[in-house]
Amino acid sequence: MLIRALKDEGVEVVFGYPGGAALHIYDAIFRQSDVKHILVRHEQAATHAADGYSRATGRVGTVLVTSGPGATNAITGIATAYMDSIPMVVISGQVQSHLIGEDAFQETDMVGISRPIVKHSFMIKHQSEIAETVKKAYYIAASGRPGPVVIDVPKDLTHPAFTFPYEYPEKVKLRSYTPATRGHAGQIKKAVQLLLGAKRPMIYTGGGVVQGNASELLTQLVDTLDYPVTNTLMGLGAYPGTGKRFLGMLGMHGTFEANTAMHHSDVILAVGARFDDRVTNTVSKFCPNAKIIHIDIDPASISKTVVADVPIVGSVESVLTDMLALIKESSEKPDAEAIAAWWKQINEWRERHGIYTQNRFDTTSEKIKPQEVIQAIWEVTKGDAYVTSDVGQHQMFAAQYYKFDKPRRWINSGGLGTMGFGLPAAMGVQMAYRDATVVCVTGEGSIQMCIQELSCCTQYHLPVKIICLNNQALGMVRQWQDMQYSGRYAESLYEDSLPDFIKLAEAYGHVGIRVTKKEELKAKLEECFALKDRVVFMDIMVDQSEHVYPMQVAPNGSMRDMLLSKTERT
Amino acid sequence: MRRIISVLLENAPGALSRVVGLFSQRGYNIESLTVAPTEDPTLSRLTLTTLGDDHKIEQITKHLNKLIDVVKLVDLTEGAHIERELMLIKVKASGAQRAEVKRCVDIFRGQIIDVTSSLYTIQITGASDKLDAFLLAVGDASIIEVVRSGVSGISRGEKVLSL
Repeated sequence: MLIRALKDEGVEVVFGYPGGAALHIYDAIFRQSDVKHILVRHEQAATHAADGYSRATGRVGTVLVTSGPGATNAITGIATAYMDSIPMVVISGQVQSHLIGEDAFQETDMVGISRPIVKHSFMIKHQSEIAETVKKAYYIAASGRPGPVVIDVPKDLTHPAFTFPYEYPEKVKLRSYTPATRGHAGQIKKAVQLLLGAKRPMIYTGGGVVQGNASELLTQLVDTLDYPVTNTLMGLGAYPGTGKRFLGMLGMHGTFEANTAMHHSDVILAVGARFDDRVTNTVSKFCPNAKIIHIDIDPASISKTVVADVPIVGSVESVLTDMLALIKESSEKPDAEAIAAWWKQINEWRERHGIYTQNRFDTTSEKIKPQEVIQAIWEVTKGDAYVTSDVGQHQMFAAQYYKFDKPRRWINSGGLGTMGFGLPAAMGVQMAYRDATVVCVTGEGSIQMCIQELSCCTQYHLPVKIICLNNQALGMVRQWQDMQYSGRYAESLYEDSLPDFIKLAEAYGHVGIRVTKKEELKAKLEECFALKDRVVFMDIMVDQSEHVYPMQVAPNGSMRDMLLSKTERT
Repeated sequence: MRRIISVLLENAPGALSRVVGLFSQRGYNIESLTVAPTEDPTLSRLTLTTLGDDHKIEQITKHLNKLIDVVKLVDLTEGAHIERELMLIKVKASGAQRAEVKRCVDIFRGQIIDVTSSLYTIQITGASDKLDAFLLAVGDASIIEVVRSGVSGISRGEKVLSL
């Protein structure tokens, strides 16, 4: 009944791992062919794969795990999805109803354990609730501010001997859940007036624009107004990365021009972004002269850290549509002179320290610089790949140097910062788009946190390309130890303990390519991407001493206080 | 500032734990909490008191509203309201104290609901500060046991919190 409900919900693929409490459900999977199941090698990977699938497609990702350890292993992935507002439904098997609370074999209180990291959760009490609960779960996961929903199903309630009249509801209504849709017209009008009167405007957008499918509207708005735009780590691709109005990412490792322009702006239009601490730096020093318009579907995100002057609760898509219509009707136009002067200033900042105007790393070094690798991937893939990443320096380099022109192409764990995310997420993307180029940019640290999934790639022919920026150290940890702990590298170096990744890849039946020389880089990458049907593990030996710059000064720094290299600061 | 937040909650398993969990998860404090079903058995009414400035209370109410099980809520302290708390208290009452305690109970319009040769069990209702004042008046030395129900509240006048 559960699988039939998933089919009726339109679920194409489930990522999961069987076990005792889920066996009836797995038997039902075996006896049908509509819902495909991908057997991962660890439940954490099931959640990340479903997450990657969701981020790439906009559909709800589905996970199926067993009780106890199956459920607890899924927790990291659920928390990852929760922090980045990714729609996901996780179905966990549970021990039989009469055993609940008795510390039965493989029993854990999944609803309790997952409570702080889910949008909502259900415990099925009776077989007749299954269909409606599934419908509710998918509705809650996907609507409003999306998020993960857990359905815990005791084993006895999935027993095939129980039969019930089955009906999959077309629609569900919850009296206590009515997500906001349209923004308040008066507030939108106020926002447009403020925006048109701006002399130094900035448009700052986050993951909400990507999740809310509003990239085209955002692009229209930015281009109509000719205002500068910056994206958060989660929002990359919402406005074309190669567009001339794009200032790059903002925040801790944001560009000099984006952070400086934010600091000096007089009006900020924040769209589907949440003023995260990795963006604002010290909140009390955040953009001292700016009036803030904040559009978000979640009222709790508004004025949480930075107080909004014009708050607008609504879906980004509908609010931007209304704003564009008002701007077109309005007799008032942006102050052309002020905007031209503002662009002149911004272009000067770009020239001075921008990462796209010149190379901000040592290109003459004999060692391979990680930034160069990302630039080369961008060139070889013509900027059109799906790029997943793990967490650390490689993630920041990828965010800075791979210019995403389309939304849903950049897939990373921004909020929770989960190492091990990249490879399973790439599998999820590849499941959704079998012919697309899917790259997992990773490091030798992160990849080892879910490396077992190389086996899953073999089983389901998921030809992802793994680009490992191998600096033989936990790069970001090492960077902080350089900067704040006088270079005492506490447990951040692997010394000689790393495996031979080439042999490892080959052991799983994949192709391994090692790059140690700079001049080979481009050719080897081309070789890698030419192997369309194979998983390729590229082990690229990069300069261990490289740091990610710019880097905002913390604590007590403002947006514009940045280290620009090992020797320069603003 | 002390606030009284009144919540209509789905009378469903786990609903209360979501509310309580939210407070510990986000570092908010619950001073008192009462919860019981309403005339509609599918709904519970939950009243909690908490401390915080306007910004914090706004965040608390927003996050409570985000919980799927929360149907409606109101910050009673925003308008005119009535708050009541019930206290059951056992005090020493022997010799000359017996009359003194009895007088005190009368002044606070409480009732003695059980008696032994050495103890009174007293019931008092009222706003929390009245109960605090009674405890002061009786004095620490003679108090044996105190049970307080936590605050319940309702708006004055026409204003109601219902579906």
